[in-house]
Amino acid sequence: MNGAQDLGGQMGFGPVNPEKDEPLFHGAWEKRALAITLAAGGMGHWTIDESRHARETLHPVDYLSSSYYEIWTKGLEKLLERHGFVSAAERDAGVPLTPSTTPRRVLAADSVPTVLARGGPTSRDKTGQPRFRVGDTVRTIVISPSGHTRLPRYARGKTGVIELMHGAHVFPDSNAHGRGEQPDWLYTVAFAARELWGRDADPNSVVSIDAWEAYLEPA
Amino acid sequence: MSGDHHHHHDHDHDDHSHLTPIEARVKALESILVAKGLVDPAALDVIIDTYETKIGPRNGARVVARAWADPAYAARLRADATAAMAELGYSGRQGEHMVTVFNDAATHHLVVCTLCSCYPWAVLGLPPVWYKSAPYRSRAVLDPRGVLAEFGVILSEAVKLRVWDSTAETRYLVIPQRPAGTEGWDEDRLANLVTRDSMIGTGLALDPPGTTA
Repeated sequence: MNGAQDLGGQMGFGPVNPEKDEPLFHGAWEKRALAITLAAGGMGHWTIDESRHARETLHPVDYLSSSYYEIWTKGLEKLLERHGFVSAAERDAGVPLTPSTTPRRVLAADSVPTVLARGGPTSRDKTGQPRFRVGDTVRTIVISPSGHTRLPRYARGKTGVIELMHGAHVFPDSNAHGRGEQPDWLYTVAFAARELWGRDADPNSVVSIDAWEAYLEPA
Repeated sequence: MSGDHHHHHDHDHDDHSHLTPIEARVKALESILVAKGLVDPAALDVIIDTYETKIGPRNGARVVARAWADPAYAARLRADATAAMAELGYSGRQGEHMVTVFNDAATHHLVVCTLCSCYPWAVLGLPPVWYKSAPYRSRAVLDPRGVLAEFGVILSEAVKLRVWDSTAETRYLVIPQRPAGTEGWDEDRLANLVTRDSMIGTGLALDPPGTTA
């Protein structure tokens, strides 16, 4: 979706201002937000793609005025409500009011190291051959879906070159919406900065995205 | 809660009236999840401890130091970074599909995630706030030289800037250039010169102490 999350190329946010000697967490609540997000995800009722979409559907004003752990918390609230675990009324009351969905599993303390070390690989077997090869010139499609996509606006309708091939991976545009993994070939596509931003762009800069084959056509 | 927002540092942490709105929100969510048996409180502590003490940029620094010290390892990183990092015990969440990109005299690499906050947790730990913030995510792709200058990295215009927007589950780690004057150093000494930012591309590896660059 063309939401607030799609930030590449937007202007007006000012300098980056990295914090000197930044702590890992700014307050104990950030640790808890991280931990409950990972543990609740461990129940296995939503995918990383659905979680990203839950965050990017925050109102743009809310998204842009929230810190990242706030965004995570608000996204988690949506996911827990959507999947029948914690209702809005329960959040307001701060206590359980109704029975919830039975979780597929609950992440146990002793399995955390194994689960984190395994992660969630998205590579999948796929029959057939990729349409493109390294060095091919391709053009990205122009789309404006209301649902989830990982094709950023700044790289739509642009001509670039296939630089890397990553095999087949879960396709977020379908997986985020419960339409299955539909694995698709994944490539790194490199664009000259001038192709993306016009004649005033740095002549010696190149920007790449990782793009599924569904985003690409021959150029 | 009124707008008159006193911060008492000796207060009872169970008293919600002293919490900021987001603190209260997270606390409420956690209590409900625990009360319903949906999350195991002990698991939460293990998750936090993992990212506070076990997974962080020192992991990435070990990878870089070995790549500098051992050309065969560098070649394995180029061929299959996920497998080469697993040799050192680094794998898993937000590091399932790793690619390393090597800086040299002609090319400088910079990593960003314009769409969210994708970052190679397995080797760098949790991302800093600026990496996830709108200023960095918006400008790293549009004005990478300007962003680098804000980090104090001024590169010649002859150096090609190569920006990697992490739009899939591929995670990128920059292998910075090895500083001069470190010939013969062992991996432990080399790793001390590798900063987190140098592995994102917003910094360079440190020069050896006592040298003037």
